[in-house]
Amino acid sequence: MIIADRKPLEELQEMIEPYDNIMLVGCKGCVTVCNAGGLKEVQILASTLRIARKNQGRPIQIEERVLERQCDPEYVEQLRDTCEQFDAVFSMACGVGPQFLSEAYPNQRFFPAVNTTFMGGATQHGMWEERCAGCGNCITHFFDGMCPIARCSKSLQHGPCGGSAGGKCEVSKDIVCIWDLIVRKKTEQGRLEDLRKYWAAKDWRTSRDGGPRRSVREELVK
Amino acid sequence: MSDNGYKSGSNLEKVLKAGHFAFTGECGPPKGANVEHLNEKMAPLRDVVDAINVTDNQTAVVRMSSKAASALMVQAGLEPNFQMVCRDRNRIAMQSDILGAYALGIRNMLCLSGDHQQFGNHPESKNVYDLDSMQLIALTKKMRDEGKFLNEEEIDEPPKMFIGAASNPFGDPTEFRVYRLANKIDAGADFIQTQCIYNMPRFRDFMKRAVDMGLTERAFILAGVTPMKSAGMAKYMAKFVPGMDVPPELIKRIEGAGKGKMAEEGIKFAIEQIEEFKEMDGVAGVHLMAIEWEHKVPEIAERAGVLPRPKVD
Repeated sequence: MIIADRKPLEELQEMIEPYDNIMLVGCKGCVTVCNAGGLKEVQILASTLRIARKNQGRPIQIEERVLERQCDPEYVEQLRDTCEQFDAVFSMACGVGPQFLSEAYPNQRFFPAVNTTFMGGATQHGMWEERCAGCGNCITHFFDGMCPIARCSKSLQHGPCGGSAGGKCEVSKDIVCIWDLIVRKKTEQGRLEDLRKYWAAKDWRTSRDGGPRRSVREELVK
Repeated sequence: MSDNGYKSGSNLEKVLKAGHFAFTGECGPPKGANVEHLNEKMAPLRDVVDAINVTDNQTAVVRMSSKAASALMVQAGLEPNFQMVCRDRNRIAMQSDILGAYALGIRNMLCLSGDHQQFGNHPESKNVYDLDSMQLIALTKKMRDEGKFLNEEEIDEPPKMFIGAASNPFGDPTEFRVYRLANKIDAGADFIQTQCIYNMPRFRDFMKRAVDMGLTERAFILAGVTPMKSAGMAKYMAKFVPGMDVPPELIKRIEGAGKGKMAEEGIKFAIEQIEEFKEMDGVAGVHLMAIEWEHKVPEIAERAGVLPRPKVD
């Protein structure tokens, strides 16, 4: 799923500063699962901002909404009746949300309430880690289920670099050296020879380097 | 290979192919456009080393470009070993820089991944890593031997580089390091310069494996030496430099020399190492990285008995 973190309160307070009546819209997709922008987070953030503004002597009205998804026009359409009644709208969805909302309601101003960080999963309760870089050409099967593009700090196809120490990446002790894990797994499974293979330079056109991407399913397009 | 039988015909290649024990040095370009400063740093290395590594924004700190500093060395009649990292260039810039470097008279090139920018003075920057060091080695070889760019287009006057790569015998996972070295040699490395060696028993094991695998028959391996200036430096390297193995006995030895004598003890250890490398099976030379201590290199070379440097025509 897509992982996001709520923006710092100070930044959000600065964003809402000019407004007295806003809508805060959550999303029931990824950001609900990673506890960044679902119903609960919408309620908490709305209350926090209300209290902060009340203490400043300038109360603010905040309408709380949560859409099924903000990355689908069908659900975005559900704001049609109310959206433009507010001074501004804050989206707690990933970066797709404020953009789909802006496209649907060109006269309204939209603000992101979260920072979208990466594609990953929960490694334990309350902790998420990156697993996919969306390069558009999956090669994880060659590396025993681990992606060096997303998980090596240098995206090396022939790792580990000289900075791998004690299973950790040279960038930070909090980052696992994925190449250390790949080598260990290949060794354990008697497939170390796989790592004697040379990988030709990667074609990055399927990644962001080919420009913004589009995926078309002909059978579904009307 | 060219008509004279050399891949690039660099001095380093000639010295190694003639069977001499090679001795290379290193020079970090200045943090500015100060050519005088560069001249001061490279001057002590004249006639003392076979080639001088010119670092490419090492530790991700911005410095004069390695290509420009290498070209200034060529102009001054010294031989550079032009370092290129994958961190800052995509394949377009890499190929362009290889052509440019060759046009400027540069004949040795060391292909590296590069320290992550997180360590440097612009940690906010975006990195590239379009190719990795293995692919950069293969690219440089393809340009030289096939006369083609990565996209198979013909090169008008291919750049003929003597291709180097790095190896860290002490990086983890240790048992894989010799295979990675083999991969680099398969990809096209003509010579290898290792990470600074302090743990001699571990390096002896590593070399034994390299020899057993036949790697030293296929590439020249230069052992990396960095003299310790103080116990503080030794402790810093042990603790903070990833993939560096500094045994506690060595730190104790440097410390034990006492105040004012630690640098000399560091040099003594380096000289002992060089003496052993001269005799070690499979070691073709030494790469001396005297970090911000270039003026000490002539003394170390003299005392290690590697002078005068051979002249090969």
